[in-house]
Amino acid sequence: MRKELSALSSITRNRLLRSFALGAGIAVGVFALRTLAARAQEPSPSAAAVAPAVTEPAAPAATTSTAPVAAPAAAATPRPPDPTGAITGTAADVPVKDPANPTVTEVMETVGHNKISINIVWTLLAGFLVMFMQTGFAMVETGFTRAKNAAHTFSMNYMVYPIGMFGYWVCGFAMQMGGVGAVAALGGTAPLNSELVINLFGHPFGIMGTKGFFMGSDVYDVGVYALFLFQMVFMDTAVTIPTGAMAERWKWSSFLCFGFFMSMFVYPLFGNWVWGGGWLSQLGAQFGLGHGHVDFAGSSVVHMVGGMAALAGAMVLGPRIGKYTKDGKPVAMPGHHIPMALVGTLILAFGWFGFNPGSTLAGTDLRIAVVATNTMLAGTGGAITSMIYMMWRFGKPDPSMMANGMLAGLVAITAPCAFVTASVSMLIGAISGVLVCVAVFFIEGTLKVDDPVGAISVHGVNGAWGVLSLGLFADGKYGDGWNGVPGTVTGLFYGDARQFFAQCIGTLTCAAFVFTSFYLFFKLVDVVIGNRVSAEVELAGLDLPEMGALAYPEFEIATSTGGGGALPAPTPMPAPAAAPAQAKG
Amino acid sequence: MKKLEAIVRPHVLDAVKTALQEVGIVGMTINEVKGFGRQKGHTETYRGSEYKVEFLPKIKIEVALADEMVDAAVDAILKTAKTGKFGDGKVFVSALDQVVRIRTGERGEAAL
Repeated sequence: MRKELSALSSITRNRLLRSFALGAGIAVGVFALRTLAARAQEPSPSAAAVAPAVTEPAAPAATTSTAPVAAPAAAATPRPPDPTGAITGTAADVPVKDPANPTVTEVMETVGHNKISINIVWTLLAGFLVMFMQTGFAMVETGFTRAKNAAHTFSMNYMVYPIGMFGYWVCGFAMQMGGVGAVAALGGTAPLNSELVINLFGHPFGIMGTKGFFMGSDVYDVGVYALFLFQMVFMDTAVTIPTGAMAERWKWSSFLCFGFFMSMFVYPLFGNWVWGGGWLSQLGAQFGLGHGHVDFAGSSVVHMVGGMAALAGAMVLGPRIGKYTKDGKPVAMPGHHIPMALVGTLILAFGWFGFNPGSTLAGTDLRIAVVATNTMLAGTGGAITSMIYMMWRFGKPDPSMMANGMLAGLVAITAPCAFVTASVSMLIGAISGVLVCVAVFFIEGTLKVDDPVGAISVHGVNGAWGVLSLGLFADGKYGDGWNGVPGTVTGLFYGDARQFFAQCIGTLTCAAFVFTSFYLFFKLVDVVIGNRVSAEVELAGLDLPEMGALAYPEFEIATSTGGGGALPAPTPMPAPAAAPAQAKG
Repeated sequence: MKKLEAIVRPHVLDAVKTALQEVGIVGMTINEVKGFGRQKGHTETYRGSEYKVEFLPKIKIEVALADEMVDAAVDAILKTAKTGKFGDGKVFVSALDQVVRIRTGERGEAAL
C-alpha cells in the first residue's frame, strides 16, 4: 500500500516537473519573440523618410471614391501609443480632399455619417440585448412549471425564436414596417414607403405595410436591416409570452401553428397600427387626439398583444388537470426551480435596458439616460410592492410573485418610459406590483383561467396599465413631433385629456383585436389538429411523449405536484412505443 | 443478529452516522424518504393558493448488527437525533435471519 502510494507520488512529481519545464520554455520563447518584434517596430530614420512618399500619391485617388478614406496626414508620422485616449480621433480622422482647406460640406458629411453610425450601432446593440431576453423568458417559464414538463416548456421558448423570426422574415416585417416611411434616426429607411390605406369617414386608415417581403432586394439598405433586427427581437418577445400561460398541456403541433400565425399576421398588424404609421398612430394627426396612440417601447404592441394571446390560448386550452378542486378552488402547483425563474427575471430586467432605451433607435438621443433610469426604477417599484403585498396577505413574500412584480413594473413602464419623471416611474411600477398580484388571483380564482406563470397578469394587464399610465402621467417634456403632431406628448394630469383618450382607444383596440383573433384561431386549431395533449400525456409529463427527451433523465422525478391530494393518481409513463403515435396525434 | 431502521430528521444524519461509527458500526445504508407521524404536515401558499405539505422529508438509516451492539447503537441514535419536538422519528429493531457477504460468500455474523 505504502509502495503504491510512493510510486503514485513519483509519477505525479515527474508530471509536475515536466509541465513546469514546458511552461518555463514557452515563457522564455514568448519573451524572446516580443523583444525581437519590439526591435523591428522601432522607427528607423529611413522608414520614416519613405512613408510620406508612399502615401501622398495614393491619397487623391482614394478620395474620389465614395468610401471614407484614412486621412493622409495620419500616416505621415506614426502616432505614439495613447494610453489615455486623449489624442485618438482628431481632425486627421475626418476624410477631406485637402487637409489644409476642409470644406464645411465635407465636415458635415462626416458628422452626419457619425451620427447615423452611433444610432445604428446603438440600435443593433440594444437589439442584441433584447434577443437575450428569450433566455430570460425560457428560464422564468421553465422554473415556474413542473420538472416533468421542463424540456417541453424550455423547447417552446427556444423554438419560438427561429419560428417567429422565419415568419417575420417572410411577411411579418413587411406588413408591420413596410409603410413606416423615413426613419430619420436610422438614416431615413427610404425603401419602406408602401402602406395599404383605406378611406373611412373621409380619413385615411393605414392597415398594413406592403414592402419588404423576404427582405428582398428592394429593401437592401443598412437602415432597414437594422430596423428589421430590432423589430424582429421585439416580435419574438411577444410571441414567447403565451408559451408560459399555456405551458404543461399545449400540444407541440398547435404551438407551431401559433408561432407562425402570430409572427406573420397578428403581431405585425397591430404593430403597424402603432409603430408602422398605421391608423392608431394617426389618431392625433387625423382626429386631434393628442399624438395618437403612443407606445414608446411596446407595453401594448409587445406585451399586451402577448398577454391577450395568452388569455385566449389559456381559455381555449382549459386548466391543467388537478388545477381546480371539485368546488372550483384553485390548487397550488409549485414550480420546480425557483432559482432558475429568478435568474430568468434578472436576465429579463437586464434585457429591458435594450428594450426601452433602444427604442429611441438613436444613441444620439440623450433621452436614453432618462429612459434607462425610469426603466430600472419601475422594475424596482413593482418588485417591492408585490413582495409587501404578499407578505401582508400571506405572511411570506413568495419568490414567484416577487419575480412577477418586477416584470410587471418593467412591462408597465415600457410605454411611458420616455415621457415621465423618475418618481412617476417608481409610482407606475409600485402600482403594477400590487396590480399583478390582484390580477393573478382574479384570473385564477374568479375567471378560472389557469396561467402557470402569470403571463396574462404580467404582460396583458400591466401592458394595458402601461399605455394608460402614459396617457395620465406624460409630463410634456419629450416627444415633439411624435406621430407627426407638433408639440410634446402630454398626459391627462399635465393638461391633455385627448392624449389619454387616444391611449384608451389603443388599449381597447389591442384587447378586442388580439383576443378575438386568437380566440378564433385557437378554436379553429382545436377542430383541425387539437390544441391539447391527452390526459395520459399530461399526467406523465410532456417531455417524453411530446419532445422525446426528458429534461432531467438522471433524476427520478417525484410525481407529486404538491396538489394537496386533489390530483388523480399519477399514471405511469406511457411505453416508449406509444409515444411517437401520441406526438403525431 | 438484528436490523435497525431509524427514521431521523435529515439534518442530524452526519451526527448520527458519526455516533454509530463510534460505537463500532462499520456499515450502513441510507435513503431519502418522506412520511408523516404526529408532526403532521404544514400548509403553505404558492401564488395565493394554499397547499399542504403532508409528507415531510426524512432520512432512513438501515444498519445490520450483532445482538450485543443493539443497545449501544440505539443509545447513540437517541443521543444525536433527539430534538424533543414532534418529528424526531423512530427506531425500528427487528430480527435478522441471515447475512451474506457477496464478495467472499461469508455468512452470519462474520459477514457483518
